[in-house]
Amino acid sequence: MRASDLLHPRPEGLYCPPGDFFIDPTRPVERALITHGHSDHARSGHGTVLATQQTLEIMALRYGADFAGSSQAAVLGETQTIKGVSVTFHPAGHVLGSAQIAVEHGKTRIVASGDYKRQADATCAAFVPVECDVFITEATFGLPVFRHPPDTEEIAKLLASLQQFPGRAHLVGAYALGKAQRVIRLIRDAGYEKPIFIHGALAKLCDYYESQGIALGDLRPATVEGGSKGDFAGAIVVGPPSAFADRWARRFPDPMSCFASGWMRIRQRAKQGGVELPLIISDHGDWDELIRTISETGASEVWATHGREEALVRWCELQGIAARPLHLVGYEDEGD
Amino acid sequence: MRRFANLLDRLVLTPARNGKLTLLVDYFRSVEDPDRGLALAAITGDLSIAAIKPAMLRTLVTERIDPVLFGYSYDYVGDLAETVSLVWPEPGPERRANRVPTLGEVVAKLQAASRSDGPTVLSALLDSADIESRYAIIKLVTGGLRIGVSARLAKQALAEFGQVDVAEIEELWHGLMPPYETLFAWLEGKADKPERTAKAMFRPVMLSTPVGDGDLEKLDPVDFAAEWKWDGIRVQAVSEGGVRRLYSRTGDDVSGAFPDLVDAMDFDGALDGELLVGNPAEATGTFSDLQQRLNRKTVSPKIRDQFPAFMRCYDVLTIGEEDMRALPFVERRPRLEAFVGTLEPTRFDLSPLAPFADWGALDEMRKNPPHPVIEGVMLKRLDSPYLAGRPRGPWFKWKRDPHTVDAVLMYAQRGHGKRSSFYSDYTFGVWTGPEGAEELVPVGKAYFGFTDEELKQIDKYVRDNTIERFGPVRSVRADRKQGLVLEVAFEGLNRSTRHKSGVAMRFPRISRLRWDKPPNEADRIETLQALLD
Repeated sequence: MRASDLLHPRPEGLYCPPGDFFIDPTRPVERALITHGHSDHARSGHGTVLATQQTLEIMALRYGADFAGSSQAAVLGETQTIKGVSVTFHPAGHVLGSAQIAVEHGKTRIVASGDYKRQADATCAAFVPVECDVFITEATFGLPVFRHPPDTEEIAKLLASLQQFPGRAHLVGAYALGKAQRVIRLIRDAGYEKPIFIHGALAKLCDYYESQGIALGDLRPATVEGGSKGDFAGAIVVGPPSAFADRWARRFPDPMSCFASGWMRIRQRAKQGGVELPLIISDHGDWDELIRTISETGASEVWATHGREEALVRWCELQGIAARPLHLVGYEDEGD
Repeated sequence: MRRFANLLDRLVLTPARNGKLTLLVDYFRSVEDPDRGLALAAITGDLSIAAIKPAMLRTLVTERIDPVLFGYSYDYVGDLAETVSLVWPEPGPERRANRVPTLGEVVAKLQAASRSDGPTVLSALLDSADIESRYAIIKLVTGGLRIGVSARLAKQALAEFGQVDVAEIEELWHGLMPPYETLFAWLEGKADKPERTAKAMFRPVMLSTPVGDGDLEKLDPVDFAAEWKWDGIRVQAVSEGGVRRLYSRTGDDVSGAFPDLVDAMDFDGALDGELLVGNPAEATGTFSDLQQRLNRKTVSPKIRDQFPAFMRCYDVLTIGEEDMRALPFVERRPRLEAFVGTLEPTRFDLSPLAPFADWGALDEMRKNPPHPVIEGVMLKRLDSPYLAGRPRGPWFKWKRDPHTVDAVLMYAQRGHGKRSSFYSDYTFGVWTGPEGAEELVPVGKAYFGFTDEELKQIDKYVRDNTIERFGPVRSVRADRKQGLVLEVAFEGLNRSTRHKSGVAMRFPRISRLRWDKPPNEADRIETLQALLD
């Protein structure tokens, strides 16, 4: 069987004909295997969903308990068979519950990585390279310019700025699932024990992370009821980036706009977004992580998807690895 | 090097002046000599390092990484220095330096490099640096930091760092050399103030305050002399012992851009006046003409002939060894008149006094000046000595009323800091095109002049009438029937080849919100064009 007969793109998403299932479909399908809980990968309305327990719980938090007809939890490292196709979930190191999915049939093994990173992250299980014939890699930061620094250095910048500008509220833009909790956890690990204020959109997911044993310390709602603007002077406020451009942000004194994202590597991106303190912290692997991972899987063929595929394809060619872009519709290649 | 690199990165993203000052002062406080002085010189443009051309940089990097991958990267980032700093491959552990070099070490190596080994020296430095430091090194060798910090702001930061008046720094500045160790020692209280040793140094300029409501009622016109306020740039011409310098009013040396004027400075003394172009006896050029000569490091003979520079003198600070600054205006003035009389008349003339009977008459004069290059009147107390800075009382400026135009709001951009959640920067346009097919053409951008309450109202209007979004910018509905009319005040208009409208406003600000005015009654481009001539 050719690899492309085992998995190939369809309008709904990546499809496995012998197993009759989709991986991370962007439209409702009968059977879906889901790598992680970000909304462009995990949609509601599928017939049955197979995902890790944590991903299922995150989907239930976001979409309600009836997010799918039925669901089944996949245990990391345990293989199960769907219509003769072996399927195994392995940790992807992206966000809590995230997984790569290895699909095996006959002598062909394909690993769909979903989104992944290799930097250590206290809020989720670390990525495990899985040997395979075909590796489907994300390419969000698939250009040699993306080199993420150690996340601790970025957090040190934030804490230094708090010292330097004690009158300003530091507004840290971070996506609600994964990034926000990781940033908060990193701040705690750097020894900051004061309350951290969070936007309402983060509350449920932060509670969920706590319930999974990831301590986030004293979190308080970033509301002004009964208090004054001045209460936020020198405070850290974490919220989704979209909220900071909104009227919501007016409650804070002289806000310092910080944004935790891999895109912050590019100065112009920071400047355009009005970001004063860019924090280069990403859920996705940088260029070095991507090419290291491709090598470690030993794959003889690479399919690159959502992002800047052409540079990764070029790099693979230079290494003598067959590679092509995999055109899947519906994912945000601006994921951060 | 890292601390300098971090400083640059923070400065470029910090829009507020106070924020920049904090960053600079903290840097001066936490970094030792000579690095802090070299950083200062890099910021003020006083650090001389042989330049490396962008093409050479490209060659160096494509010897190290696949040119196709470099091409993809450069296309995406758009800035050569930044791209190279990011893609430059780290050398293997056996060749890696055990620490990033200091700014002092980097500058020393670059300054010692000859033209031929410049690229090799640069490569070795980039090998030894991290991403941020590589970017800073490349910025140093390609020239132009472009971080939004003027020399003036850097001096302000020094003043704050040492708790001294910025005028003291400006006065000393041209006698000092990087890395300014004597200056920092003084500012830290570890040594005496450096002596003024250099010749032809800058003297802090005396500035005026605007005439406010009711100011004049308390004053007697007989105590004052009036002069026209010329619309050029304020300069100080100093010539001492064969050294000639032309300074801007903030103490920046602008001699290089005006060799024609400097050549004519065959005197011994210091003069204060207005730099203008044209022939003083016949025709004084407009500010637009003057702009042909500004912000140039060198100037071509053609431009020099077309727009000859001259100085219209306001005051005399020194003559030979004699310091005139403590004398009252009324005594300095005849000395100035006699002094200017000895100078080359095509390059120096006297700013004439403008006699007036009472405040009412002066008001008429400032509103209807006799020459288009006059922007109002100056009032100087007859008994005023020449003082540094902007003392309140001895000198007043009384400008003619600004021009205004009714324009339509077209785009709005989010502000920064306190205004980061407000659409506070407005691009506005006026009508152009034939009747029935009118369209708006942008003529300027303004981000102040309105009250906080008005800002909220405009912000709401922008959010409610957005058509499209481009990052932090929104385009706002603006057509013949619906749109917000803004009364925009501005000081003058220049021709511009860079703007579609062909005009560029000086100092535009929002003077009124015309909620009452339908957009089709806003002004047409012809109204502005008429002001150009």
